[in-house]
Amino acid sequence: MALEVQFEKRLASYNLNVEFSCDAAPLAVLGPSGAGKSMTLRCIAGLERPDRGHIALDGRVLFDSSRGINVPSRDRRIGLLFQHYALFPHLTVAENISFGLDSLPIAERAARVQRQIAQAHLAGFENRSPRELSGGEQQRVALARALAIEPRALLLDEPLSALDTHLRGQIESQLIDTLSNFRRPALFVTHNMEEAYRIATNLVVLTHGRVAAHGPKEEIFGHPPNLEVALLTGLKNFSRAKQISTDAVEALDWNCTLQTLRGPQPIAGPPKYVGIRAHYVDFLEASSCVSSGANVFPCWLVRASETPFRITLYLRLHNPPDGSGEHHLQAELFKEKWLRMKQHPQPWHVQLSPESLMVLPE
Amino acid sequence: MPLDFSPIWISLETSFVATAITLVIGVAVAIWRANRRGVGPALLDSVFLLPLVLPPTVVGFLLLLIFGRNGPLGRILLHFGATVVFSWPATVIAAAVVSFPLMYLSVRAALEQVDSHLLQAARTLGASEWRVFRRVALPLAWPGILAGTILAFARALGEFGATLMLAGSIPGRTQTIPIAIYFAVEANDLHQAVAWSLIDIFISLAMVAGMYYWTHLQNPARPRWTRESNR
Repeated sequence: MALEVQFEKRLASYNLNVEFSCDAAPLAVLGPSGAGKSMTLRCIAGLERPDRGHIALDGRVLFDSSRGINVPSRDRRIGLLFQHYALFPHLTVAENISFGLDSLPIAERAARVQRQIAQAHLAGFENRSPRELSGGEQQRVALARALAIEPRALLLDEPLSALDTHLRGQIESQLIDTLSNFRRPALFVTHNMEEAYRIATNLVVLTHGRVAAHGPKEEIFGHPPNLEVALLTGLKNFSRAKQISTDAVEALDWNCTLQTLRGPQPIAGPPKYVGIRAHYVDFLEASSCVSSGANVFPCWLVRASETPFRITLYLRLHNPPDGSGEHHLQAELFKEKWLRMKQHPQPWHVQLSPESLMVLPE
Repeated sequence: MPLDFSPIWISLETSFVATAITLVIGVAVAIWRANRRGVGPALLDSVFLLPLVLPPTVVGFLLLLIFGRNGPLGRILLHFGATVVFSWPATVIAAAVVSFPLMYLSVRAALEQVDSHLLQAARTLGASEWRVFRRVALPLAWPGILAGTILAFARALGEFGATLMLAGSIPGRTQTIPIAIYFAVEANDLHQAVAWSLIDIFISLAMVAGMYYWTHLQNPARPRWTRESNR
């Protein structure tokens, strides 16, 4: 069971040109707003027509420009969850869920609606109007409505973005459950990389209408193929770099030489950037190891930004802050460690350990 | 002279039939128009709206040219032994043409404001275009369509100029209330003019009150037709 997608579509400001496939494991389409994520879903659902290409689901051709095939939306049997759910405001919850079941005998229709209501924990809401529901309940109705037609694939357009933050965690875990029971191609669009990582097995990273990366999420987060993907997967620290030996680069923006892992980097092309994720920036507390470790540098605090349990430190390497407010690195750490560190006088010492460094091509 | 009540029935019959015709044609044209872009349909729009901006006498005169003995449609109808001019159907045609733009504009606006995501959602759920229209677009556009119907009916009821040109003033056949008022005033029969005016005011008030009752008060617990989209 698989969804094969390969198409081109000219849009007002850029060309959308995507190619990927999706099997029964949930796939997240990650990208900044305006990258063509929603348009990709709409093309798969048959609501927009690509200019060229081929879309097939379980071997059935849904769109093929060279053969003149464009199966209409109503015959694709692809469930689509709209970003704002698009519930029919003049129908009740039960009527919304049964909307796509009008070809079934009444008894079976009722049974399916009941099953969806039970699975979506909507018992007691059958006769409510969508406007009487909370955002999370509306989302569940929309998902139940899409699943009721027993779709061959499920597309979700930013399914959590319209929800309040405190609701999101709960709805997200319900969504993960639903997707793991679905066992058919499921695609969901998001601009939130953590959400993508939590929900999906595989990732497609979309930038400017192109697939910048496609593969298992661990691989893409661990070894982003380029700087753009690295930034989209949450990289906060990077510097322009020049290779000076097989295991060292010069970090031009950080004014230092960094040891990297020996051997060829798993990247396409010569190194152009070096980066490190904010939570891998390590602080050395015992002064004894300062001289011994690789890539250890003195640093000064420029400013700090707190959340309830974590803190982000903006650091300047080599010299005390010059008043410009410019920083070299962001480091993220838990408050306990920060409270201990505060006791020590500056400069502190950070270690950018070679195994944590990412070397990136253009 | 005892009052001849026939203008009331002629006015009401004419307005109802004309409104029914504009409703069907207005909805059909608005749907046709909703899925089209470009210069052609836009030009056609201005033709549809012409009766709204032209003086009714001009509309009536044009209809006379079209439906007259030598007019393109008149000749065809004559071929089947039918004459339109100075007959009751002429009052309906005049009222329908003049009230059509109000219906068309209202229905189009009502259909355009239906959230297109709802129509798309219905399509992904397997609904045919007819089902999308009947179960989603029509119920959601209903308040606007109803408003257009009221406007068109009011316009048809008040129609004078085009009706006089095309249908004349034949008592008991084509004489509507507005035309009866005009000829009563011209004949210096002020009593009759006042009587007809009062009757016209009464019919209009009853109409508006009835529509208001039907849309807002009929079912306050569940006013499904008047519900708008929740965003």
